[in-house]
Amino acid sequence: MADFTLPANSRYNEVPGREFRAVAGASRVKTFKIYRFDPDSGEKPRVDRYEVDLDRCGPMVLDALIKIKSELDPTLTFRRSCREGICGSCAMNIDGKNTLACTKSIADVKGNVNIFPLPHMPVVKDLVPDLTNFYAQYAAVKPWLQTRTPAPPDRERLQSKEDQEKIDRPSACILCACCSTSCPSYWWNPERYLGPAALLAAYRWIIDSRDEATGERLDFLDDAYRLYRCHTIMNCVEACPKDLAPGKAIAEIKKLLVSRTL
Amino acid sequence: MTSKSPLGTILGLGSHSGTHHWWMHRVTSIALALLGPWFVITLLRLPDYHYATVHAALARPMNAVLTALFMITVAHHSSAGISVIIEDYVPSKSKKFAALIVTQFVHWLLAAYAVLSVLKVALGSAA
Repeated sequence: MADFTLPANSRYNEVPGREFRAVAGASRVKTFKIYRFDPDSGEKPRVDRYEVDLDRCGPMVLDALIKIKSELDPTLTFRRSCREGICGSCAMNIDGKNTLACTKSIADVKGNVNIFPLPHMPVVKDLVPDLTNFYAQYAAVKPWLQTRTPAPPDRERLQSKEDQEKIDRPSACILCACCSTSCPSYWWNPERYLGPAALLAAYRWIIDSRDEATGERLDFLDDAYRLYRCHTIMNCVEACPKDLAPGKAIAEIKKLLVSRTL
Repeated sequence: MTSKSPLGTILGLGSHSGTHHWWMHRVTSIALALLGPWFVITLLRLPDYHYATVHAALARPMNAVLTALFMITVAHHSSAGISVIIEDYVPSKSKKFAALIVTQFVHWLLAAYAVLSVLKVALGSAA
């Protein structure tokens, strides 16, 4: 449901942040303002300032985060793994937009680099959101092949090139949660609305020519909340770091649902 | 704190309706895109708004039918749209139920009143 103000314990501008200055002689200094929250401290969240010398740092926001953690402040907590946009771990809100820290260039940010965790999610620590609900929604759409016809005994289930191309892009979703957590409708109904990522995954199996549970999948989504809370705001399309247009997949599901009733 | 698993929670939340609501909202949109301009143009083309003039216009069956349909369609579309806004933006459950019921009542009360008014003018005496 709609919350227009942060809960009292989530306001981050009441506790003054700490400052970490760049070393003397730094040639090209950029300031990173990063959301900090430690549940064990009992303190409210705050925003710390870190000065980073860009001449001694890699080009991406993740490079700066790693540099800050290694050289300035080892308590800074964030998820990261592949550093090439395929694992989805380092999804966060950078410069007001959900994206992957590893594929976001520091040079693309004018002025200070503001970094927050993905919006409207419970925060585990600093930039690490709790994605339990998000993963449960992904599991709820049964993201696996469902068939009754047994596979041919001598080979795999075949698919035409055209049919494969239909699932090509929806399959490229890395479940980073940038889309779902950018969606106001998902903020207001985070449990009842499945969100763009889970719906894109559902669509990927609905249009898979090998899958035989299309009807059950559509039945599951024919729901005022699970699917139809999408009000075509399109933040998901804007946010997706893989350009997968989840909003279009949702529109296609709606079209499939209507066309089977007409 | 519930002991229900996250997946159990998600699977337990379903309304099993939605496509009809969504489709009717589109159908009423198309109807309003046609009826709305027709209604405005019809009103603007009346020489004046005295009872006798409006009665003469509404006494023509097509005008009376389209005007009544316009009222019903506006009520349907607005009721569906405002309900969705209430569902999204009213956090308390009791307030949400109350707001949804009031929305439905007010819309259909106004629609019935509007249709009756159209009929009264259309079928009433010329004077």
